[in-house]
Amino acid sequence: MTAVTAEDRTARTDPRTPGLPRLLPRTPEDLRAHLARHGRLPYRGHPGLLIGDVKAAGLTGRGGAAFPTYRKLAVVAQARGRPVAIANGAESEPASHKDALLLRTAPHLVLDGLQLAAEAVGAAEARLYLHRGASHEVLRALAERAAAGTDRLEVTVAEAPPRFLAGQETALVSRIDGGPALPRFGLPRVSERGVGGAPTLVQNVETLAHIALIARYGPRWFRAAGTAAEPGTMLATVYRPDGQCTVFEAAIGTPLRDMLPDLAGTQALLAGGFHGTWLAAPRAAQLTLDNETLRRHGASLGAGVLAALPPDRCGLGEAARVARYLAAESAGQCGPCFNGLPRIAAAMAELAGPKPRSRTRQDAERWAALVTGRGACHHPDGTVQFVRSALTVFAPELDAHQRGRCSASNRRPFLPLPDGMPATEEDWV
Amino acid sequence: MVDYQTRRAAAGSQTLRVNPIACTGHGVCAELLPELISADEWGYPIIDPRPVPPALEAEARKTVAACPALALRLVRG
Ligand SMILES: Cc1cc2nc3c(=O)[nH]c(=O)nc-3n(C[C@H](O)[C@H](O)[C@H](O)COP(=O)(O)O)c2cc1C
Ligand code: SF4
Ligand code: SF4
Repeated sequence: MTAVTAEDRTARTDPRTPGLPRLLPRTPEDLRAHLARHGRLPYRGHPGLLIGDVKAAGLTGRGGAAFPTYRKLAVVAQARGRPVAIANGAESEPASHKDALLLRTAPHLVLDGLQLAAEAVGAAEARLYLHRGASHEVLRALAERAAAGTDRLEVTVAEAPPRFLAGQETALVSRIDGGPALPRFGLPRVSERGVGGAPTLVQNVETLAHIALIARYGPRWFRAAGTAAEPGTMLATVYRPDGQCTVFEAAIGTPLRDMLPDLAGTQALLAGGFHGTWLAAPRAAQLTLDNETLRRHGASLGAGVLAALPPDRCGLGEAARVARYLAAESAGQCGPCFNGLPRIAAAMAELAGPKPRSRTRQDAERWAALVTGRGACHHPDGTVQFVRSALTVFAPELDAHQRGRCSASNRRPFLPLPDGMPATEEDWV
Repeated sequence: MVDYQTRRAAAGSQTLRVNPIACTGHGVCAELLPELISADEWGYPIIDPRPVPPALEAEARKTVAACPALALRLVRG
């Protein structure tokens, strides 16, 4: 079994950045400990007032898209109707564990951020969207706050099914409206018409925790860590080549090899998660933890997953397992995604096996081009990003497979997939 | 009084969009408007992302109306 629970995780920070950790305490904080560390919840007393601070801080969303947070707050605040504010704690990416750890150790920071963001947009309702089986700490934290009368808005908890798409924001809105957690198509955006038709603010739980700190300590403090373009710290789920998984709080812009000291000696780095990008290890070892740098190399931070594949594994086998998972997670609503992803996954399985047919790689590339931009959601594009970068980075391995060789000496799966997924590519087709 | 054509020109160009969730892959659209729509290997439409040329606007509107799934739209821009 490769899945690990949040309880197994250890948290680490970069000792060279002063003032860290900001988000993750050593041990879970109850309301008393939280108040002792951060003081009372600094309501601004009026909608809109916090938005300027969030803008000055330069905070971007930590749920994957790195969208400027103040812009979303401003759109929702100005939309017609009383908004709904939602904390997105679905963490539907199987390789990511940072939100679960944050909700377990610093639930009050997230819940403070939800109250403050709700106030900033003038929300009438607040929701907390959690992965099934989410930590009881956050539920206990809600009860503590109710007893202490901390919150101006009552928070209702909604459950995300354990599916990859469950955290996508239109799927989230559909779920909270009582429907299936499936993406919806088209305009208007949820910021204008979301839950029950009301303007809806959806923020990742880590984004909200940063808002809680910005509201207390200000934009200048926030900018003391990170880069000018991407200020602050971020949580990253880091897989070392020995398989050890750590949630790391690091300043944005930290050299990747500070987080993964043996990175140069590995095979490749998966940056961003299952919708992310494979990078050859020697190149990755020169890069830093920020979108400005990663995008120059065709990659991005995504939801903050970094996985360093050890030299003894087959990158194609890993890519095929994940492609199979991603194809199975297609919501099956859009023709190109529904038809294309399983074909891409089957092609990847063949390429991961011995003596693939020579046209299979072209098939995979053609289907990848065919599904791109043609789904209602980002799932086909994210899947293609992952698959294409695998075919590029593992091209030498592909040549070996075509000659009937695989250079891997260790067949144990590396990347974590949910239980019930086949352990090797042999189970596919 | 501003007539329809003038308003259309003032509003700028239009492009065809498909709602991929609603689209059932009938392929009617690719038959009616092969200049702008082709069918992929599974029968789903691949739409020219460029603005609809004025000469094809009427045809494009007819195609939108003919889609049995109401999945096609002409949108501004
Ligand atoms: C397939 C898919 C899955 C997603 N899953 C999550 C998730 O589990 N948690 C999350 O916060 N955002 C997820 N997102 C991003 C959300 O759609 C949304 O952008 C985010 O919650 C906004 O918060 P932020 O601006 O604070 O990042 C997902 C997006 C996609 C395309
Ligand atoms: S693109 Fe794929 S995953 Fe997204 S809504 Fe359509 S079928 Fe579902
Ligand atoms: S006519 Fe409508 S349903 Fe049929 S393929 Fe075209 S857009 Fe899809």
